Formats: sequence, C-alpha cells, structure tokens
Amino acid sequence: MRHFLTILGHEVRMLLVSPSTYIAAVTFLAFMGFIFAGILAEYSSVPQESSPAVAFFELFWVPVIFMVPLLTMKSISEERRLGTLETLLTTPISTGEVILGKYGAAYLLYLSLWAGTGGLFYILHRFTQDAFLLDLGPMIGGYLFIAVSGLFFVAIGIFASSLSRNQAVAGILGVVILFGVIIGTQLVAGLATLNLEAFAPLKATVEYARVFQHLDDFSRGIVDTRQLLFYFSGACLTLILSILGLEAKLLHS
Amino acid sequence: MSESSPAITVSSLVKNYAGVTAVSNISFTVAQGEILGFLGPNGAGKSTTMRILTGFLPATSGQVEICGKSVATQTAEIKRLIGYMPENNPLPEDMRVSEYLYYRGRLKEMGRRQLGVRIDELLELCDLKRVRHRIIGKLSKGFRQRIGIAEAILAEPPVIIMDEPTIGLDPHQILIVRELIGRLRGRMTVIISSHILPEIEQTCDRVLIINQGRVVAAGEPAALKREILGRARYTIDMIAESADVAAVLVEVDPSLEITSENTPDETGFRTFELSTDHESDFSEQLLQRFAADERFRVRAVGRAQPTLEDVFLAATRRSWDVVDRPKPKPAATDAPKT
Repeated sequence: MRHFLTILGHEVRMLLVSPSTYIAAVTFLAFMGFIFAGILAEYSSVPQESSPAVAFFELFWVPVIFMVPLLTMKSISEERRLGTLETLLTTPISTGEVILGKYGAAYLLYLSLWAGTGGLFYILHRFTQDAFLLDLGPMIGGYLFIAVSGLFFVAIGIFASSLSRNQAVAGILGVVILFGVIIGTQLVAGLATLNLEAFAPLKATVEYARVFQHLDDFSRGIVDTRQLLFYFSGACLTLILSILGLEAKLLHS
Repeated sequence: MSESSPAITVSSLVKNYAGVTAVSNISFTVAQGEILGFLGPNGAGKSTTMRILTGFLPATSGQVEICGKSVATQTAEIKRLIGYMPENNPLPEDMRVSEYLYYRGRLKEMGRRQLGVRIDELLELCDLKRVRHRIIGKLSKGFRQRIGIAEAILAEPPVIIMDEPTIGLDPHQILIVRELIGRLRGRMTVIISSHILPEIEQTCDRVLIINQGRVVAAGEPAALKREILGRARYTIDMIAESADVAAVLVEVDPSLEITSENTPDETGFRTFELSTDHESDFSEQLLQRFAADERFRVRAVGRAQPTLEDVFLAATRRSWDVVDRPKPKPAATDAPKT
C-alpha cells in the first residue's frame, strides 16, 4: 500500500508536468464543448423531451474510445521500452503495485478531465436559470456512470499498454478493445439472429453487458448493483490480466 | 547471518530461454565486503546471471542465496538487500536528477528525512551537485552512468550489482567510478561486469570469467594469470629454428616451453613466446645463452607482464575447445526424468 501511494504520487506528478496531459485536456474539453454547444443549438430550435445532460452523456463513447488509450498507452509500454521497468521491479515493489499505481493515476486524470465538463453545465446554469435544462438527476446519474464505467475502461487501456512495448500498438489495441466493449455489444444486441430461441442465453449475456443500456439506467436514476458489479469485476479481471501479462513478458524477456 | 558467511552463494544455476541455455550450471560464492568482477564475451550469460541474482528473472534450476536468503522463495526480502544497476542503465528521460533519486529512495522504503541527507551526500560523492536540478534526458552519458551508480548505492544495501557500470565513459570518468567502487570495499559486497579488463583488474578482489554460460576461470587476478598462463612469460625476437630453440630452452630450465611462434618477417626474425612455472627471472640467462650460440641471431628478449586480457582470451579459448569437443554418445537407455 505504501509503495502504491509512492507510485501513484509519482505518476500523478509526472502527468501534471507532462505537456501531453494539457494537450489532451484542452482537446477533450474543446471537443466536449462543441458537442455541448451543438446539443444546446438543437434544444433552442426544437423542444426536446429529455434534458441536455442525457443527450450529452449519450455521446460519452467518442471521447472514451479515443481519450482513454491516449492517457494510458504510455504507462507500461514506455517503461518496458526504456528498460526502466527492470529497475522498478528490482526495488521492493510487486508487479501488482506498479500496475495499480499507474492505473490509479490514469483513472484520477480521467475523472478530472470529466470533472472539467462540469464547467459547461455551470455556464448553462449561470445564463439560463432553466430548471428543465439543468435537471440534476440525469446529470448526477451521468457522472456516476462515467466514474463507474471509467474503472473498467481505464483498466482496459492499462491492459493494452501492458501487451506491447510500442506505444502506438498499445494505443490502437486499446481503441479496438474499447470499441468492441462499447459499440460492439450495442451492434451485437441489434442483430435479429439473436432473437432465435437457441441464442437466448447469448442474448441475455449481451443485454447484460450493453454499456448504452447501463448509461440509460444511470441517467434515469437507476443504480443497478448488477451493473456496478459488471464494471468492478471487469476492472479487476482486466487488471489481473495486465499483471499476469506483464509477469509473463518478464519471464520471457 | 554470521560475519564469516558468504554474502552471495550461487549453486548449480541454470537458465534456459526457449531451448537455448544462457547459463549452464554456474556455482560460486562471494564473501562479504568483497568486490567480484564478472568477465565474459558478449552473450556469455553475465547479464542473465546478474538478473537472476536480483530476483528479476527466475532461474530454471539451481539455488541462489543472498545474505542467507533464497532468491526464489524470499524475493521481496532479497530486493531490500540489493542495489542494482542494469545493463545500459535505463533512466526516465523526463525527471530531474534529485527528483529521480528521491523517488527511488521512497520506493526503497527510505524515510523522507534520512533520504534528503543521503541524496545530498550521494550528489557530492558522485560529483552530481551541478546537475541536481537538470532533466536526466538532457544529460551526457557520464552523468547518466553516475546517476545509475548513485541510485544503486542509495539505500546502502549490503549487496550491489552493477552491469557494465563504466561502459561509454571517458578515462577521467572511469577513474571517478573506479574510486567510487573502491570506496565500497569492505562495506558492501559488489559484483560488477565489464569488458574493460584493466578496470576489473584494478577494482576487483576476485574475477570470475564466464563463457557460453559456464565459469571457465575464477580467482584473484594474479592467481588466475599464474593458473592459466604459467608463472612467467618471455618473448624473444630472433632468427632460429624452433627445434633448436626447444633444445636450448631445456638446458636453461626444464619447465621453459614455447607457447607460440609466428612466421618470420622479411628480415627472417620471428617472435617466440615462452612460458615457465618458475617465478625467478630467466631473461638474462636466455639472452646470454642465445647470443653466445652461432645458430641464433637475437634481436630482443623481454619478460611479458600478462594482463587480464591474456587471461581472458586464454580462458575463453580454452572453454571453446571444451564446448566444441564432440559429445559422448548418449547411453542406450535414458534415465527416468524426475
């Protein structure tokens, strides 16, 4: 635990002094700002049923698929490429602590980036004072969903980074896995074939893992423990795989 | 652990990588406070052995004990006993020198207050004070090597393992590093590997020469020279037939023998290399004996001071002979595998 905090502190500091973090943050906030402005433009022209927060969070996957790999791809592959992993692992720390420390730092950054989008809602509140536009329920639900699902998504990014010593490969791998988890489940759930009775168990599984369905529920204020369990267990499993993957790589290094 | 027990004990260490044997049945011990030099050609298994000693790589078989603790079963404790500087000395590019040492110290479980004092001490010792606030990625090789060494001795562990600490340094910096390592003598057990043989000869108490994953020679540098090259060697430049030379040599001393001779140059002179088991100097006798004989024309006689380089070359050549020897045919029935 002591080492975890040392690594976490170090990683957070390194993220804070790295220019790439600020470039990523500015790009992310600019992109989210455009989306938000677009949503508001639509709301001002045609009356809508749901609050802007719902529409805003529905597009969460765009930044997630591209931002998470950007934040995490460097973490382990860079250490392996430079060889600093060897010096790191010959101090009294375990592979698990290294992975968790890096994961923790990436997750904190992910959360703080999303926290920045709170400013968009603040500006909206400051200038409209419209209770409908600022429905707290979907907003809290949306942020809760981001926080919980982020556990899993960031873990996927770390896992991808542990697989290759090449940052670009790790990044692309991360994008592909995230795409599979977020969009893939949605596409598979839409297949007509799944309606056949023989595929009923598969259909149930896909429904359970449908990220967009989870978002819907969270936005409506339903916090289902099964969904929480999905993200927690997914994150744990992915991190365990990262640790095992890293150790396997060391054995054959 | 008692005072006299060895700091490092390696017995029958084997490491295979995907069918290739990198380390084949190596055994040695290192006493506390001793500086051991690892020598060997590229791919001899030096780095692999060092990595196994640090617990970074698991061994295929064999036992390694550091300060009485097994590397295989007590890896976490072993890591507290070792300061390690890997080959090529990897360092993070985007950290400042003092920041890096502080981070490493925290990972090595040093207290904040103690760490501040120790870092100041090390920056002074390794002549790094001027660059303490510089970014590591922008420093020259010499500074980077010294940062690596400072990092290895940071937590004052009982065992220091350094893989080629002087590679890429200029002679002045090599001197600094040599002094630095010399200062550790008696306090810490040090293993260093190097290609620079005079380096090892001057710094180390004992040398271990490894080739193709086996120990081919071990001992104090002076004893090794005697063991592998004979006690003394002479070179004689003269015009002569080797049969005549051999006959004369027996008269001077029965243990004198020709170890090598080259082909005559355009003037007919050639160099004979001789070795003997005796410590006493035969140079004068040889010169007088050959000069007095009409069959020979002598140009120069010299007593060669064998360097560790000669030992290294002779020892590795010897092991190639051993390795290249045809293997005996396997027995008809294989022993059951355990």
